[in-house]
Amino acid sequence: MTEPNSALFTAKEAASDQEVRWCPGCGDYSILKQMQSVIPGLGIKREDIVFISGIGCSSRFPYYMNTYGMHSIHGRAPAVASGLKMANPNLSVWVITGDGDGLSIGGNHLIHLLRRNVDLNVLLFNNEIYGLTKGQYSPTSEMGKRTKSSPMGSLDHPFNPLALALGADATFVARTIDRDPVHLRGVLETSNLHKGTSFIEIYQNCNVFNDGAFLSYSDKKQKGQHIILLEEGQPLVFDAGKKGIRLNGLKPEIVDLEEGFSANDLWIHDSRDATKAYILSRFFDDNFPRPFGVFYQEDRPCYEEQLIAQINHAKEIQGETDLDDLLRGKRSWTVD
Amino acid sequence: MNTQSLSKVTIHFAGDSGDGIQLAGSQFTNTTALAGNDLSTFPDFPAEIRAPIGTVAGVSGFQINFGSEKIHTPGGRPDVLVAMNAAAFKKNFPNLKSGGIIVLDSAGFDKKNLRLAAYDESSTPIEDIPKDYQVYAVDITKLNREALKDLSLGSRDKDRSRNMFALGFIYFLYSRSLQTTISFLEAKFKSKPEVLEANLRALNAGYNYGDTIEAISRFKVAPAQMEKGEYRNITGNQATALGLIAAAAKSGLELFYGSYPITPASDILHELAAHKNRGVKTFQAEDEIAAVTSAIGASFGGALAVTGTSGPGMALKTEGIGLAFMLEIPMVIVNVQRGGPSTGLPTKTEQSDLLQALYGRNGEAPIPVIAANSPADCFSAAFEAARIALEHMTPVILLTDGYIANSSEPWKFPQASSLAPINPPIVKADAQYLPYKRDEREVRSWAIPGTPGLEHRLGGLEKELETGNVSYEADNHQAMVKVRDRKVRLIAKGYPAQKLIQGPPSGPLLVLGWGNTLGAIQVAVEHALEQGLAVAQLHLKYINPLPEDLGTILSAYERVLIPELNNGQLARVIRDQYLVDVEVLDKIKGQPFLAEEILEKIKSLVEND
Repeated sequence: MTEPNSALFTAKEAASDQEVRWCPGCGDYSILKQMQSVIPGLGIKREDIVFISGIGCSSRFPYYMNTYGMHSIHGRAPAVASGLKMANPNLSVWVITGDGDGLSIGGNHLIHLLRRNVDLNVLLFNNEIYGLTKGQYSPTSEMGKRTKSSPMGSLDHPFNPLALALGADATFVARTIDRDPVHLRGVLETSNLHKGTSFIEIYQNCNVFNDGAFLSYSDKKQKGQHIILLEEGQPLVFDAGKKGIRLNGLKPEIVDLEEGFSANDLWIHDSRDATKAYILSRFFDDNFPRPFGVFYQEDRPCYEEQLIAQINHAKEIQGETDLDDLLRGKRSWTVD
Repeated sequence: MNTQSLSKVTIHFAGDSGDGIQLAGSQFTNTTALAGNDLSTFPDFPAEIRAPIGTVAGVSGFQINFGSEKIHTPGGRPDVLVAMNAAAFKKNFPNLKSGGIIVLDSAGFDKKNLRLAAYDESSTPIEDIPKDYQVYAVDITKLNREALKDLSLGSRDKDRSRNMFALGFIYFLYSRSLQTTISFLEAKFKSKPEVLEANLRALNAGYNYGDTIEAISRFKVAPAQMEKGEYRNITGNQATALGLIAAAAKSGLELFYGSYPITPASDILHELAAHKNRGVKTFQAEDEIAAVTSAIGASFGGALAVTGTSGPGMALKTEGIGLAFMLEIPMVIVNVQRGGPSTGLPTKTEQSDLLQALYGRNGEAPIPVIAANSPADCFSAAFEAARIALEHMTPVILLTDGYIANSSEPWKFPQASSLAPINPPIVKADAQYLPYKRDEREVRSWAIPGTPGLEHRLGGLEKELETGNVSYEADNHQAMVKVRDRKVRLIAKGYPAQKLIQGPPSGPLLVLGWGNTLGAIQVAVEHALEQGLAVAQLHLKYINPLPEDLGTILSAYERVLIPELNNGQLARVIRDQYLVDVEVLDKIKGQPFLAEEILEKIKSLVEND
């Protein structure tokens, strides 16, 4: 991680002059604050940073960053950002999206971005609700959720965003939460170091339309039993060291460290193991604690690098055709 | 054997869609171009890649009109029909000129083929051809197999070179050299010597067959009196691609093309993808929406950004185009129009997306619209669309269509040095950068990410004048709508004066056209003038904003006729803008106009007066 004294600008300079207009108490404030404090220290010049968003509460984010930015249209930020990165691979491009923007209307662009592995950072603010349209269920809302558009309960089975990302062959998959600033900053910094598409799901509380959706992962009294913090090379332990996860073949099991099991029996986190990452991503119901941290990362050539490589190769073997030669084509004739 | 000189010939090649008709047609075209004729072509293929073999639905056609005189259209009724099977004959014989020449593969008229073509099995279409036609009923399949008999290829593979036999025969009939096609085959089948040998033998066998049968008359079409200069043959889609590459070079920007495959626009993507050595970045997106929005991202990043599609894809891109308009970033959207609505007629041509181009967005979002009028004109239209986009910071819609996209003609290509530089308003430094501050043309400046000190945010929300900050203020919105509208209208200040193509400066009738109807109208009006009718012709390249002098020109004529391949779309626009009455000649059959259809309408209007 970069030392704070190497910051190229200050957190204050990272903030634009626009008044932030999320609802008071919204989880987005925390994410914005952590971003503004992390980004100056990433070693990237302010003019080389771009935030691209779609539509939704989270998508107002670029207006508040004193960098280049675009608030585009609903669901399309991954495609806008891909075009931008192809045009100028030197830019550090951050996609800000939400559960509706990224997984519903923009689901197609998200999965194609992940398989292509364009070097972008995708921050999916998941609040499990449509906030900007005032409270309809979203593609991550739990089944049976009662909202204005589902008075008898939602019939939609929710997406598991990380399993979806892994299914699309994402090369960096992580989860963090608005209420844990230290963890959030750490994940942002790590994702920036990854070359390729980094997919980060951020649990974000909508205190107006879905308050407390993630309380069991943020509340000091409850969270110990409900979360596992993933650390590279470390055993999967939770509940203040009292419990752990072991792998029985491919089947994860919760074991009691106070009754016969030791750290040696536990699953050691390896973010380079795709199979384990997938099993971890299925810790998605109340039977297992919810993991936070980097689930998976792999090195795979990124799209725009290969595009540039093809262009350079074509220039090398064909030479850069003169415009006149190009217009003339292979068969021309002269009329005297 | 006598050789007759002709000034103009139209040949229609037709066969099953697996018969290699397009290849034979394009080879004849290249040879004809190099022989110095003026020409125009029109490929016409079925929507299915392989429609049921032998059926009328599966017939693929390629028409070429060439001559020693100026050629404006691919011709009306052909002089010559090459039919590789009964279905091709059945579909095209009714169009053939009375007394025309028919070359057919008699093997394609057996019982099975007659049944597939939905002829009565007892019918004898070849024998039934009236005596005044000149018929070459040749068992091409048999003769070709004979010529290839010692090759180890299977008979199916051997039969695949039947098109070359037919082409060789036509080359003989029209006194053409085989050399262009021989070179082409040598390059194409370099790694398949046996296939190469089969095709070369078939080509020669067809030519020699013509030489050996007796009492045949040959034809010669002398080179055309073309304007001096260097020429090449080009299709509309190729010309569009080259126009975009040239505009990128002349603006000093990289070209980015985001597209999703769609008929009949895909060839632009193919052509551009072949020019990576010029730094062209092509992106085959996951859908039409990603194609347009990736172009928006690339434009934001400082590229000449282009997306291309056809009608249904335009519908999907609509919201993205609205965003580009709202952001005021440069972008070219190419719509190679096809028959609509919905999936419509994918391989057929139409001009029915004009109103979509002009009005198909939510909110007040006027966008410049330019229409190309011939295959070669696609180059200058694409270049001009890019120029307006870059210099006026706006998305621009370029309308071409399936007809000119796939057709070809000789193109007197420009010298790169003769193309005017394009000057986008890129800003490199500004102590107090205001992203939506405008110049006298209402054009904002372009700050590209990576430029220090000009960091700013854009979005689809309404913006405050000059600062570009989000604003919901009532008067500001009205002012912004007006200024964006004015910006687009001011583009017309840069147009050249409108010039009549032919005819008197005032009189009883002006024929006004746009897009691919140029050639057919030109021939029709030429004939009308020859017949003493006082008819004038004007053709629009700029459809939004319309030229400022158009109203004056229109008012000099008693009547205005607009022939268009739709249900009267330009006519509505002209009535709306100028309050003049307009006669419409519509044709909505998936096919371009024939000159005689327009001439007939002209006569009905002028002679009745």
